[in-house]
Amino acid sequence: MANDRTARSASATPPAAAGGVAATLPAPKKKHYSLLTRRDTITLWLMAGIPTLVVIVFILVPTVSSIVLSFTSWNGVGAIKFVGAQNYIDLVQTYKPFFPALAHNVIWLLFFLFIATPLGMFLAVLLDKNIRGTRIYQSAIYMPVVLSLAVVGFIWFLIYAPEQGLLNNVLGRTEQGNQISWLGNPSLNLWAVLIAASWRQVGYVMVLYLAGLKGVDPSLREAAAIDGANERQTFRHVVFPVMAPINMVILVITVIESLRAFDLAFIVNKGLNGLELLSTLVTNNIIGEASRIGFGSAIAVVLLVISVGPIIFYLFRTLREEIQ
Amino acid sequence: MVGLAAPWRRNGLITLASLAIIVSACGGGASPTPAAPSAAPPASEAPAASEAPPASAAPAGDTTLGSNESDAVPKAAVAAMVDYCQTQTGVNVKVNTTDHNTFQNQISSYLQAKPDDVAKWFAGNRVRFFAAQGLLSPIDDVWAEIEKYMTPGLKVASTAADGKTYFVPVYQYPWVVLYRKSLFTEKGYTIPKTMDEFKALGDKMKADGLVPLAFGDQDGWPAMGTFDILNMRMNGYTFHMGLMNGTEKWSDPRVKAVFEKWAELLPYFQEGAPGRTWQDAAKLALVDKKAGMYFLGTFANEQAGENAPDVGFFPFPLMGTQYDSENAIDAPIDGFMLTGNPANPEAAKALLKCFGTPEAQLAYVLSPGLTSVAVSPLADTSKYTDVQKAQAEILKGAGFIAQFLDRDARADFAGPSGMQGFLLSFLNDPKQDLDKFLGEIQAYYDTLPPQE
Repeated sequence: MANDRTARSASATPPAAAGGVAATLPAPKKKHYSLLTRRDTITLWLMAGIPTLVVIVFILVPTVSSIVLSFTSWNGVGAIKFVGAQNYIDLVQTYKPFFPALAHNVIWLLFFLFIATPLGMFLAVLLDKNIRGTRIYQSAIYMPVVLSLAVVGFIWFLIYAPEQGLLNNVLGRTEQGNQISWLGNPSLNLWAVLIAASWRQVGYVMVLYLAGLKGVDPSLREAAAIDGANERQTFRHVVFPVMAPINMVILVITVIESLRAFDLAFIVNKGLNGLELLSTLVTNNIIGEASRIGFGSAIAVVLLVISVGPIIFYLFRTLREEIQ
Repeated sequence: MVGLAAPWRRNGLITLASLAIIVSACGGGASPTPAAPSAAPPASEAPAASEAPPASAAPAGDTTLGSNESDAVPKAAVAAMVDYCQTQTGVNVKVNTTDHNTFQNQISSYLQAKPDDVAKWFAGNRVRFFAAQGLLSPIDDVWAEIEKYMTPGLKVASTAADGKTYFVPVYQYPWVVLYRKSLFTEKGYTIPKTMDEFKALGDKMKADGLVPLAFGDQDGWPAMGTFDILNMRMNGYTFHMGLMNGTEKWSDPRVKAVFEKWAELLPYFQEGAPGRTWQDAAKLALVDKKAGMYFLGTFANEQAGENAPDVGFFPFPLMGTQYDSENAIDAPIDGFMLTGNPANPEAAKALLKCFGTPEAQLAYVLSPGLTSVAVSPLADTSKYTDVQKAQAEILKGAGFIAQFLDRDARADFAGPSGMQGFLLSFLNDPKQDLDKFLGEIQAYYDTLPPQE
């Protein structure tokens, strides 16, 4: 009993203060009592260890190697040579597509944030009204999300093609001289591709938001109606605040989709000629033979640094909510 | 740590490659024992080997071939050539076909991992790069036997910086001006031989409501062909190749003259090229007859469908310079290379020797639907289609043959980050400050790491 108490007090008090006691008692550590059984400990180690290992192998190691590689010059085959910050200097000074790509990523984000996502939410609110044929509308709007982006790209090629394309034929602009080059004009093609990308994003947001709306307690709406709130006021002051978790998810998805924007621009022309995005620049520098892996990694690191902002914001919010 | 690992790996590969050469050198002689050191399925092979007298020298065995020809027509052609060579050499070949683009994008890691013994690839700088990285085995012994079928130019295109050969060329296709014969007859057009005639014809076509020259550059590479031909016509083959391998500068006034000429000719080209695929441009000229001519590789003919027999072509017009007599053109060469550490080098080399013969090349190009021609000047052209005969004629008339910008220049320069983007920017704004434009190209070239 005495031993027991000593051990506990020793573990509870700072070592310096307990030093004297510990010295007089030769082996208090052997009597270390734990609330966990051996099995619990193993389980805990496994539960924490496996995800940690996965994170280290699949996320941390590639990230760190990208960062290391961004300070090297490597063609993918031969020796890896450290070149200091040269890749970053070239990126800013001589690599023409870099700043346009940054700008295009920002435009993409803003377009999704202020046009595509709100449109998806708006459609969800409309379809939540149980209008006639709502299922058909839902499936029609959601369909682009199911299609692979290669198919989405192909569909929009058929619309934007200069001679045979739907759009130019409807507008009567297929002749030489008055043709509109939707995908070839560098001041036009980003918007053309954004519309194609939004076609997909709208459906995605619509389904997520619709699911959220279905989960809103109907009594809240009733209460608001009894209090004399009109439709707009109900949404603005009752439904929207209740949907806060869904809104957060949609915000995060929008940011993620914008940062990883790649497929459509790459399908059109490998992200050239007005469609430069950071992701296409990374790919163009890394794939194929004689690739510039160091330089491509430097661009990837820039993308990583940009992504860290929203990630921290999201984690901060999630963790704070959990603590509450 | 990574920095240390890679050179080791490279040395390792070189060691393995040279080992393979030694092994094959021993086996290649009059050695009676089948030297194939690995992967010989013993039970079935052994009796055959003991029965066959060594003098017949057929290094029977299994080998593998990696092909990027995933489309039906060229895939059948590969199969036809492999079949022919299987019966000729007694080698048993397993063909592994990969999707064309995937193969291209992953070629570096493919060659560093466990590639097939023989792989399909491109001549010029494309094969030189991998040879310099030690990822290929030299095949001088193969060339010693196939040289009699080839031209000196073909050997240059197959030789790397170390002076050894690494590539067996099989077929090629020239870049030409394609047109519809019936359209030319109907409107009374004649084939332009000089740039003045070309412009006059272009004006006539415009008056007839046609686009003189169809053009699509959405994919970034077709415009390279136009640059190549203008540069070779105006500045000669030697300067062009110097520019491709970096000994000449893009900021050179001679290059500026090319772009000025191009800007002057652009009114004859179809507008909006950056937003049109080459397939759409080809259809416009070869199917819809809305454009009079189209400058591309002869493979554009595949877009003509049932109109293919009506498609004719001629070489790009001469421009009245001192280089007219050279009559250089782009005619990319495809063929096969021996990978770094083949499982059965003897069988693989026997296969490559066979690929170098005119008969095997004919087996490839005579496969139905194919438009390219055999590289060997000894190939019997009597069975060629009209399209192939016309191509063989043009190739014979060409004094020098370049590959193509993205095959003659280093890949990181020619790719989407480099020339593809630059040429698109020129097409969008041909009146831009060309000195600044060319200065940017040279600056980009100078930032690329030195090639080993």
